[in-house]
Amino acid sequence: MSTFDNPFDPDRKLGAGCACGQHRSAEEHEQATALRCDPFESEEKRYEGVVASAVMRAMFPQDVARRAFLKSVGASTALAALSQFFPIKTATEVFAQAGTPEKKDLKVGFIPITCATPIIMAAPLGFYSKHGLNVEVVKTAGWAVIRDKTINKEYDAAHMLAPMPIAISLGLGANAIPFAVPAIENINGQGIVLATKHKDKRDPKDWKGLKFAIPFDYSMHNYLLRYYLAEAGLDPDTDVQLRSVPPPEMVANLRADNIDGFLAPDNVCQRAIYDGVGFMHLLSKEIWDGHPCCSFAASREFITTAPNSFAALTRAIVDATVYASKAENRKQIAEAIAPANYINAPVTVLEQVLTGTYADGLGGVKTDAKRVDFDPFPWQSFAVWMLTQMKRWGQIKGDVDYKAVAEQVYLATDTKKLMTEMGLTPPASSYKSFAVMGKTFDPTKPEDYLASFKIRKAS
Amino acid sequence: MTTSLRLRAGLVSIVLLAAFLGIWHLATRSTAPVATMSPEYAKLMGLTATQGKSAMPGPLDVGAKLWEHLKRPFYDNGPNDKGLGIQLAYSIGRVGTGYLLAVIVAIPLGFLIGMSPLLSKALDPFIQVLKPISPLAWMPLALYTIKDSSISAVFVIFICSIWPMLLNTVFGVASVRKEWVNVARTLEVGTIRRAFTVILPAAAPTILTGMRISIGIAWLVIVAAEMLVGGTGIGYFVWNEWNNLSITNVIIAILLIGIVGMLLDQILARFTRMVTFPE
Repeated sequence: MSTFDNPFDPDRKLGAGCACGQHRSAEEHEQATALRCDPFESEEKRYEGVVASAVMRAMFPQDVARRAFLKSVGASTALAALSQFFPIKTATEVFAQAGTPEKKDLKVGFIPITCATPIIMAAPLGFYSKHGLNVEVVKTAGWAVIRDKTINKEYDAAHMLAPMPIAISLGLGANAIPFAVPAIENINGQGIVLATKHKDKRDPKDWKGLKFAIPFDYSMHNYLLRYYLAEAGLDPDTDVQLRSVPPPEMVANLRADNIDGFLAPDNVCQRAIYDGVGFMHLLSKEIWDGHPCCSFAASREFITTAPNSFAALTRAIVDATVYASKAENRKQIAEAIAPANYINAPVTVLEQVLTGTYADGLGGVKTDAKRVDFDPFPWQSFAVWMLTQMKRWGQIKGDVDYKAVAEQVYLATDTKKLMTEMGLTPPASSYKSFAVMGKTFDPTKPEDYLASFKIRKAS
Repeated sequence: MTTSLRLRAGLVSIVLLAAFLGIWHLATRSTAPVATMSPEYAKLMGLTATQGKSAMPGPLDVGAKLWEHLKRPFYDNGPNDKGLGIQLAYSIGRVGTGYLLAVIVAIPLGFLIGMSPLLSKALDPFIQVLKPISPLAWMPLALYTIKDSSISAVFVIFICSIWPMLLNTVFGVASVRKEWVNVARTLEVGTIRRAFTVILPAAAPTILTGMRISIGIAWLVIVAAEMLVGGTGIGYFVWNEWNNLSITNVIIAILLIGIVGMLLDQILARFTRMVTFPE
């Protein structure tokens, strides 16, 4: 019997129905591997379900006996009967609290962009306090600063670009300090914005000699833009100029004509359109639908010295991410994170980013509900892909043990356990294959994938 | 004569200010709506795009915003949004701490160096190399070794304000008139007493001039340092508003930084006048 399904269901087939043996059928397996966030009536209900299931399993370890019991009395009576002699309500409360956090007052750093939505909104919408934490979210000036402050333990955990914890753990651009990612923040939600004067230059083949800004060297933005340019036949190291520019300065630089465009995190893209200096050339989801962007990261040291605080923090972030993934909550979130204490941007801009109904800068209104989405699961295949790109562009030299690094930094197993405890349905595997601009990436063959690119930095 | 000169100077100042504000106002007026666009689209766009409003705010916008800040200077909406009064207090606190530490180190050290020609010569190359280093260049080193951003900011203030004070103290002490020192010697005044009763008063104006230069530099540097480390302070306020591309608030901050800098300078100028003596 697996931990994933409902033991109160007398009709559940016990024989293996799918490849992994955890689902009734192959379709169900498919569904479970693709991460969904099922709505629950309330938080208590969700935890109650988890606790009741555990009790039921403990009472009837034999599947046959449990089935006979359920058939004779029915699921709800069984639950009522159980509650008679087992305090499910109390157990639920105890369970929801989990271990007492070693440290309650935590500091979490963030960069004011919509990628940080779950980290930020968890403060005004009370997700941290629900998990027994008192978290102060601190706005930070740039990616290098957030890295240094987290390494210096001024922050207990922080919002980082998805490749940053990998780079820090490998010692690229900093001392090697083991970092870990328990949750991805957002998927999609970036865009290529060009200055309005380039509105007829929509083909990337014509972009030779242009100047582009990216937020940081170790960013998905860098890898996606390089990928996109290379697919169009341009060598990003010689045919165009790529500059690391802090996101807020991108709009000003675009206005001042210092750069021709950028691949930037959102609210910056939409802000450039809002201020009438650029237009949306391409959403990043058109390059790779479902790509990760930012992550929630902490040092291994914090995880080992304060495991309960870390677990509570991760629970709060996963909870917030699930909440943010629902379209109906997006307007409320936009209002919650717009004030100066958080992102500090006009509500209209944030609403356009989060709801996906946006002005494209060329006079049209476009709708794409998945312009930005939120999915906490730290797929290890994401990490493998980033490593292939780090190697492709010369950030890593020599051999890489893709799997070992991915598994050390992206804590898929722990997050899976945590999500199951929370009553969510995590995917069964930690690796999945995906397509970037139509080209399939197989996480088991990273070297072949890397070798298949013609344009890459000679090593 | 002096009053009429003052009056005239004041008048010129006011005329200049009015001219400046007038030109500013005219230059940033919004033009007519730029292009026709669907109302649905226009609703999603900012005023710059729809009304042809200049990206630069006019003096009236700045004035209104300033009034808003002055009405509530000490509000606290959480760790990332505090009133201007609180931000300025943080900055002044940091400058004060770093500066006082520098005074404690620089003046006694300068005294020692100034009184000993040997030390003065020996330490000169070090001071000459360290002096021209931009204080912000110390920032990464400070962050790396101290591992605390607010202490690093104080350290940067310390390191930038120490040099002018040190050099001026050395110079002031070394250039005390030889006759005065010799008179003290003939009267068999002890070294300690000589330092406090003869050299200190004679060198005080030079030392204070050094301190006045230092406070100016410290105030210049704190804004940049806070923009870098973030968290609190007027520099952080500038950065936060720049993030939101709110030029209005940036202009207000510039104005306030100027005023506070002027006040700090005036305080030191008053002290200098107190210790200056006619020869």
